[in-house]
Amino acid sequence: MKNNNVIEVENLTKKFGDFIAVNAITFEVKKGEIFGFLGANGAGKTTAMKMLIGISKPTSGSAKVAGFDVFTNTEDIKKNIGYMSQKFALYDDLTVKENITFFGGIYGLSRKKIEEKRQLLVEELGLQNIVNELVGALPLGWKQKISFSVALLHEPKIVFLDEPTGGVDPITRRQFWEMIYKASNNGTTVFVTTHYMDEAEYCDRVSIMVEGKIEALDSPKKLKEKYNADNMNEVFLKLARG
Amino acid sequence: MLPIIFVLPILQLVILSNAATFEIKNIKFSYVDHDKTSFSRALIEKFDASTYFNVIANFPSKKEANVAMAKGKVDVILEIPRYFERDLLKQKNTGISVAINAIDGAAAGVENVYINQIVQNFNKKAIVALSSPADMANAPKDIVTIPSFWYNKTLNYKTFMVPGILVLLVTMITLFLSGMNIVREKEIGTLEQMNVTPIKKYQFIIGKLFPFWILGFVLLTVGLTIAKVVFNVPIIGSLGLIYFYTAFYLLVVLGMGLFISNFTDTQQQAMFISWFFVVIFILMSGLFTPIESMPMWAQYVTEFNPVKYFVQVTRMVMLKGADFNDILPQLTKTVIYAVIMNGLAVWNYKKTN
Repeated sequence: MKNNNVIEVENLTKKFGDFIAVNAITFEVKKGEIFGFLGANGAGKTTAMKMLIGISKPTSGSAKVAGFDVFTNTEDIKKNIGYMSQKFALYDDLTVKENITFFGGIYGLSRKKIEEKRQLLVEELGLQNIVNELVGALPLGWKQKISFSVALLHEPKIVFLDEPTGGVDPITRRQFWEMIYKASNNGTTVFVTTHYMDEAEYCDRVSIMVEGKIEALDSPKKLKEKYNADNMNEVFLKLARG
Repeated sequence: MLPIIFVLPILQLVILSNAATFEIKNIKFSYVDHDKTSFSRALIEKFDASTYFNVIANFPSKKEANVAMAKGKVDVILEIPRYFERDLLKQKNTGISVAINAIDGAAAGVENVYINQIVQNFNKKAIVALSSPADMANAPKDIVTIPSFWYNKTLNYKTFMVPGILVLLVTMITLFLSGMNIVREKEIGTLEQMNVTPIKKYQFIIGKLFPFWILGFVLLTVGLTIAKVVFNVPIIGSLGLIYFYTAFYLLVVLGMGLFISNFTDTQQQAMFISWFFVVIFILMSGLFTPIESMPMWAQYVTEFNPVKYFVQVTRMVMLKGADFNDILPQLTKTVIYAVIMNGLAVWNYKKTN
C-alpha cells in the first residue's frame, strides 16, 4: 500500500449465486480525499461499500482499507473507520447524550474523552437544548448531523457515508457538506455515496458504477470535459443510460 | 412496555393458577329411576350430597336421558332398574347402569371413580342393613386404607400448579423478549451499525442478554411473592437455591432466543419459531401431564426440554425442601445446556456475512 492511499481495491467481486453484484472493481482513495461513490439504484454501490467496511465477505479480488485486508482483518478495519447510513445511525430510544456515550464507549474512548468530545460536539452543533432529548423525536436533518459527528467521535481515518443527505432539506445539506469539508481538512478521508449530482460536484474525485462495474473515475471537472457535459447530472445520465 | 411485561404475567399467574385444575367438580348428573323405592332414593341422595355431582335432572325414561346427553345437557346418567330394592333384599345382588360422557376421556375416568366410590359406600351400608347378626360376626373386617399425602398434604391443586406456571411465565417472557429484541435491531438496521463497530461478539451478546437476565429474576421474584402471598404456596426449601438454579436456566433460554434471532430476519419469523418451541416445551414439561405416562420416545425428547428441569427444580425445592445435592442432576444438565446453547449462539452470530 502506497503511503497516501487509505483504500486500495483490486478486482473486488461479490457474487450472490449467479448474480454478480460487484464485478471486479479497482480503485484507490487517497488520504484526506472526499471520494464520491455514485451509481443508480441497484448498481452495486451498497454491496461494494459493505465489503469495504467489513460486514460482507468479498467473493474474489483484494482490498485494503486503512492498511487492513478486507478478508482477514475486518475487525481492525472497523476500529479505523466511521460509518453512517441513511437508514439508521443512532438509537432512537436513547437521548443524544446517551448515544454519544454509548458509541464512544463501543470505540473504547475513556469517560473523560467522551465527556470532552460531547461538550465540543454540543457547542459546534448548538445542541444545548436537545442534548437530553430522545433521538427519535428529532427532525431528520438534526439526526443526520449528529450521527455524522458520532461517526467521527473516535477520530477514524476514513468515514463511510451511505446516502447521508437523503431526504434532508437544502439548508441542512449545505451545513452537512460544510461538516464533511471540515472533517476532510482535519485529514479524515470521506467516502460518500449520493444521488444528488450537485453534491458530486463537491467531491475531489467521483466514481460512477453501472451494473456492478466502475464505468468512470476522475475529478468532476475532468469527467465533465471527457463526456462533454455542463454538469455532473449530464455525465451521470450519459453513463447510467449507457 | 415495562408495565405490560409485568402486569400480564401476574394476571396470567393468578388466573391460570385458579383455572387450570384437574379436579372435576359440578358434574351434570341425571338419573332414571324405574324403581322409586326408599333404596333407590337413598342412592340418589348420596349423589346429591356429594360436592362433585349436581343432580340436575330426573328423566322418566332412558330414551329422554340419552337425548339430553346428546345435547350435552348432562354428563352422567344413572339408571336404576325396576325391582332394585326387591332384588337387593331377596337375592342380595342387583345391577345399576351408568352412562358417562367420555368425550374428555380423562374426565370420564375420574367421574367413574367418583361414582364407584359412592356406590361402594352405599353397598357397605346396604350390607349392614340387610345382614343378619349371625352373618355380621363372620363377616371379614374391612381393610381401610388411609392414605397420607406427602409434600402436599391437602392435595391442594394450586400448590402443585403455581410453581409450574411461574416457571412457564419466566420462560416465555425471557425467550420472546430476547429473541424479538435482536431481530428488531436487524429490522431497524441498528444491528448493521453495531456490526460496523469494533465491538466484540461476546460484548454485544452480553450487552443484549444481561438486561433480560435481570428481568427474568425480577419476574421470578414477583411470581414467588404472589405464590406466597396470594396462593400461600409453601416454600420449604432455600430461596437462594431457586435463584441459583434460575441464574443458569435463564442463560439457556436467552441463548435460545439469541440463536433464534440469528436465523430470522423479521420479528414475525422469530415469534413463530419461539412459539413452536414454547408450545412443545410447555406440553412436554410435565407441568400439565406427567412425563412418566408419555410414550418412551416422548420421554427421551423431554430430556432436551429445559422447562422440564425448571419445573422439577421449583417443585422439588418449594414443596419438598430439596437441597443442592437433590437438584444436582437437573442443575448439571441445565449448565451443559446453557454452555452449548450460548456457544452455538455466539458461534452462529456473524459480524461479517
